[in-house]
Amino acid sequence: MIDVLEDRVSGVEIEFTHVTKRFPGQEQPAVSDLSLTVEAGQICCLVGPSGGGKTTAMKLVNRLIEPTEGDILIGGKSITDSDPVELRRGIGYVIQETGLFPHMTIGENIGVVPQLLGWPKKRTTERAAELLKLVNLEPEMAKRYPAQLSGGQRQRVGLARALAADPPLMLMDEPFGALDHITRSMVQDEFLRVHREVGKTVLFVTHDIDEAIKMADKIAVFRQGGVLAQYAAPDELLAHPADDFVADLVGADRGIKRLSLRTAGELADSGGTAADGTPRVEAGTTLRETLALLLSEGAQEASVHGDAGPVGVITLEKIRQVAGAS
Amino acid sequence: MISAPAPTPVIPSFGGSDACVANTNSLFCPSWVSQNWGSILQPELLQHIELTVVAVVIGTVIAFVAALIAFRHGWFAQGFGAISAILYTIPSLAFFEMFVPVTGIGMLTIEIGLVGYTLLILFRNILEGLRAAPAEALTAAAGIGMTPRQTFWKVNVRLALPAIFAGLRVATVTTISLATVAAYISTIGLGAGIQRAIQNSFNTELLATGILTIILALVADALIVLIQRVLTPWQRAARRS
Ligand SMILES: Nc1ncnc2c1ncn2[C@@H]1O[C@H](COP(=O)(O)OP(=O)(O)OP(=O)(O)O)[C@@H](O)[C@H]1O
Ligand SMILES: [Mg+2]
Repeated sequence: MIDVLEDRVSGVEIEFTHVTKRFPGQEQPAVSDLSLTVEAGQICCLVGPSGGGKTTAMKLVNRLIEPTEGDILIGGKSITDSDPVELRRGIGYVIQETGLFPHMTIGENIGVVPQLLGWPKKRTTERAAELLKLVNLEPEMAKRYPAQLSGGQRQRVGLARALAADPPLMLMDEPFGALDHITRSMVQDEFLRVHREVGKTVLFVTHDIDEAIKMADKIAVFRQGGVLAQYAAPDELLAHPADDFVADLVGADRGIKRLSLRTAGELADSGGTAADGTPRVEAGTTLRETLALLLSEGAQEASVHGDAGPVGVITLEKIRQVAGAS
Repeated sequence: MISAPAPTPVIPSFGGSDACVANTNSLFCPSWVSQNWGSILQPELLQHIELTVVAVVIGTVIAFVAALIAFRHGWFAQGFGAISAILYTIPSLAFFEMFVPVTGIGMLTIEIGLVGYTLLILFRNILEGLRAAPAEALTAAAGIGMTPRQTFWKVNVRLALPAIFAGLRVATVTTISLATVAAYISTIGLGAGIQRAIQNSFNTELLATGILTIILALVADALIVLIQRVLTPWQRAARRS
C-alpha cells in the first residue's frame, strides 16, 4: 500500500468500456460506444451540445439509468456487482439547482447520506459542521433552510452534501450552471481548493468550455448522439482539436484560452535581463494576464518576479508562440 | 362565568323561568345560557366535536390511502376524483338521506355523509401535495441512494404537508358547518339545538348554538394552523427571508 502521495488522493479510477445507451423509441443512442478512463483523483469534465448524452453518461455511473450495452468499472469493479442503492450511497451526486431538500435544514441536508448509512446522530452532526467549514460557510448555517441561502451558498451546501460520506467518486451535473459569473468563479475556486484537499475522482458536466478548461485534468467532448469526439487534457484540446467540431466548440479564441493554462513563471527566460522600466509580473500570473499587461503598456517584454526576486524575462513573441502553436 | 348546578328541566329548552326567557321577543338571554350550559350546550358541543373529529380523521385516512394509490397510478386519480366530485355536488341533506335506508338513523349515516364530503377536498390536496416535490429534489433523492420508499416518505410526504394542512383546514371547517345539517337525521350535535330553537322560535338558543358553531370552527382552524407551523418550519423560514 502506498500511503504517502504528493497530493492527497482518496479517489478511485473509473472506466467506461464500450457503453451504449439507447432509449426506447429514440433513433439515435444517447450514448454511443463510450470508452473512457478517468484516473483516480482526477477531474474529468464532460462538454458537448445539449442532448449530447452528458447527463445520461453520468446517470449510467450511479445506475439511475442502465446501459443497453457495455459496462462501467469503478476501482476495477463492475457497477453491476453492487445493489444500485448501495452504490449510490458511495458516490457523491451534485445536480443543477443543487437538488437540496427544501424541508430539511442545511445540517440535515448535509447529513442525509450519513443518516441513510445509519451513522450515529452525533457523528452526523459533527461531520456536517466539519463540511460547512470545508466549504467556507458559517457553522450557524446548519440551522437554516435552503430558501434562506443565496445561490452560491446553496451550491456549496450541495457540494458538502455530496462529500458527506467521503465517497471516492463524485458526479456533478452542471453544478454551477445557475450561478452568475462572479459567484460561479468563486465557487469554482472553492471547489478546486476542496478538491486539492480531498482528492476525489470527479466527473463534471458543464456547458461552459471555459469552466471545463479551468477545472479539468481531462476534457471529454461529446457530439450529438453521445459520441466521444475527443478526450484530452485542456492544453492538448486547445492546441490540437481533433476536428472542426471540437475546434468550433472550444472557440476561435482557443489560442488565448490556452494562455490561461500557463503562467509567466513557467515561460520566463532566466537568461535574459530586463531593461529598466519594463513592466513587472509575478511568476504566478497567467500568460493571458501577462499578454493583457504587455498590450496595455505597449511593451515588448516584462520581467518576471518570484518569491525570491527576479526569475527572468518574458517576451511578447514567446507568448505569441504559445498562443499560436497548433 | 360560574355555571349553576345543572337543573333537570322538564322541557330542556325552557330550562329557566326568568322573565327574559318567558318573553318570546327577547333576542338573547345570558341567564338561559349559563343555566343550560352543562345540561344542553356543552353536551351538544362535545357531540359536535366528536362528529367532526371522527369524520375528519376517517376522511383523512381514506383520502391519504387513495392519494397514495393515485400517486402511483394515474387512472386511479381520475376515477377517484370524478367519483368524489359527484358526491360533492349532491345537496347535503339528500346525501345524508340517501344512506338512511341502508345504515339507518344514527351516527353511522351521519359519519358516512360527513366523511364523503371531506374526501374530495382532502384527496385533491394530498395528491397535489405529493406531486409538488421539485423534480431536482426527487432526482437528488434517488441519486444519493434513497430507496423509492424512503423518497416517498422523507421527501414527497414531507413536502406535501403544507397542501395537506390547507386541505385539513377547509375540510374541518366544512365538516363543522355540515354537521349542523346532520341533526335532521338524528338529534345530535349543535345542529340539534339549532333545529329545536327554530321549531320553538327561541332566539336565545338559536344564537347561542350558532355562535358556538362559529367559535368551534375558528378554534379548530387556529389549532390546525398551529400544528402546521410546528410540523412545517421550513415554510416560515422561507417567508421570513
Ligand atoms: N429518460 C429518457 N427517456 C428517453 N430519452 C431520454 C431520456 N433521458 C435522456 N433522453 C435523451 O437522450 C439524449 C441525451 O440526453 P442527455 O440528457 O444525456 O443530454 P445532455 O448532454 O445532458 O443535455 P443537456 O446539456 O441539455 O443537459 C437526448 O436526446 C434526450 O432526449
Ligand atoms: Mg444534462
